[in-house]
Amino acid sequence: MRSRGSLRSHLGRRVVAVAIVGALALTGCSAGAGGDEETLTVLAAASLTETFTELADEFEAEHPGVRVRLAFDSSATLAQQALEGAPADVLATADARTMELASDAVSGDPRTFASNSLVLVAPADGRAGVDGFDDVASGRAAYVACVETAPCGALWSALADEQQVEAEPVSLEVDVKAVLARVVADEADAGIVYATDAVSAGEDVATFPIPGADALTTTYPIAVLEQAREPDLAQEFVELVLSRAGRDVLDAAGFSLP
Amino acid sequence: MTSAPSPARTPARAPSLGRPPLLLLVPGSVGAALLVVPLVALLLDTPWSDLGAQLADPAVRDALWLSGLTSALTVALCVLLGTPLAWLLARVDFPGRRLLRGLVAVPLVLPPVVAGVALVAALGRNGLLGGPLHDVTGWTIPYTTTAVVLAHTFVSLPFFVLSVEGALRTAGERFDVVAATLGADRWTTFSRVTLPLALPGVAAGCVLAWARSLGEFGATITFAGNFPGTTQTMPSLIYTTLQADPAAARTLSMLLLVVSIGVLVGLRRRWLVTS
Repeated sequence: MRSRGSLRSHLGRRVVAVAIVGALALTGCSAGAGGDEETLTVLAAASLTETFTELADEFEAEHPGVRVRLAFDSSATLAQQALEGAPADVLATADARTMELASDAVSGDPRTFASNSLVLVAPADGRAGVDGFDDVASGRAAYVACVETAPCGALWSALADEQQVEAEPVSLEVDVKAVLARVVADEADAGIVYATDAVSAGEDVATFPIPGADALTTTYPIAVLEQAREPDLAQEFVELVLSRAGRDVLDAAGFSLP
Repeated sequence: MTSAPSPARTPARAPSLGRPPLLLLVPGSVGAALLVVPLVALLLDTPWSDLGAQLADPAVRDALWLSGLTSALTVALCVLLGTPLAWLLARVDFPGRRLLRGLVAVPLVLPPVVAGVALVAALGRNGLLGGPLHDVTGWTIPYTTTAVVLAHTFVSLPFFVLSVEGALRTAGERFDVVAATLGADRWTTFSRVTLPLALPGVAAGCVLAWARSLGEFGATITFAGNFPGTTQTMPSLIYTTLQADPAAARTLSMLLLVVSIGVLVGLRRRWLVTS
């Protein structure tokens, strides 16, 4: 009895092992072939979360059978991923520097589709009662900003130098949405985010202008990647972002248009 | 260890068990390669000449110092809080003991980012405990080195407690009972009999907690934030450096790897000799 039982379980394990190997092989194949449905993968800066989600829906509606996969992260992270050969078709970053970083993975010239500037946001009814940029400049408010490797951090660093802001942030977040999340949760007195993030947060935050911010903007380039599996679809997505419809979506979200 | 082993059992005459079956050999080798190859790749890929320049960078020295400090404080806190907790779980029969033991083990399986979110919910400025604390004292825990140590302790403590509890259970209660019959009170029994017997478990727990703390990233960056000098530990620095300069990130990773392996090897010789 015992030996039969163990034999049976031995066989059982063998079957499981074969099944696992088979499943791995199958997923490996299906990721490559894709069947009828085409998948377009877009890497986009965190600050494009709302607009690109909307544009992806629009693209899918215009192209039946096409699914758009979106990955949002810090532009610097996405640029590195593109450079390392991440399976993606389109890259959209929040500044020219990060696009330049990925230039070896980009096919053709990147095209600028929007620009953005920094604002100060504070929790709508926050504990610190921040009511202007002076609270940050004076060091009274504990504020958060992006880490300097991310475009929002590089922009803030330049702006802080220009405005001679001595007060250091309490934390450097990896992307702008992480900064916004800290502020919305009222875990920070204030945060330095893009004007568009302030719009997307709506009533959760109070927005204040930063002196000199309008003169120091960042531009958003978009490009098709060398490793694109669907270069034609990718080009069509880029065209959609640059089109009248794309501009409307970006404009409504608070981006400035070229 | 019999004094007179039978001739058939001596190693020279041991019956051969045959070659290892391929069904074990192949996956076993793949597993070993999976663990070893990335480390070898890191070793080969590290621009060693940068190491000096990296070490001279104040941000790197801050992060190294902070990692060392917070992991040491974490181990101290684990010993201080974890030893009594392990003792309670191993020696005192109270209602809900099994439930508590289960709960203590939860952070082991919790994704570190979730641990960070949970810590914000508890100790953040609007948290369950952090809110009242902020109202009464004006203190904010996130963005401080204290927050880093708390996050590290949260993820490391289960390793320590389970290790010590295991040692306490293995040692058994016999000696405690003898000490009690000889007139020792429970504290004396604990400090003079129970604890010394469990010391190997305490040491192993310290090493596990320290290693977990040194590598901790998700809970720290979520709960404590990321700022050089106060909350940016080595893993956070490596993560942010990776965005701008992958080569520098590799050197830093190597640095952390060398430090951790060095300490583990040093401790292994002393404490963790496997039988």
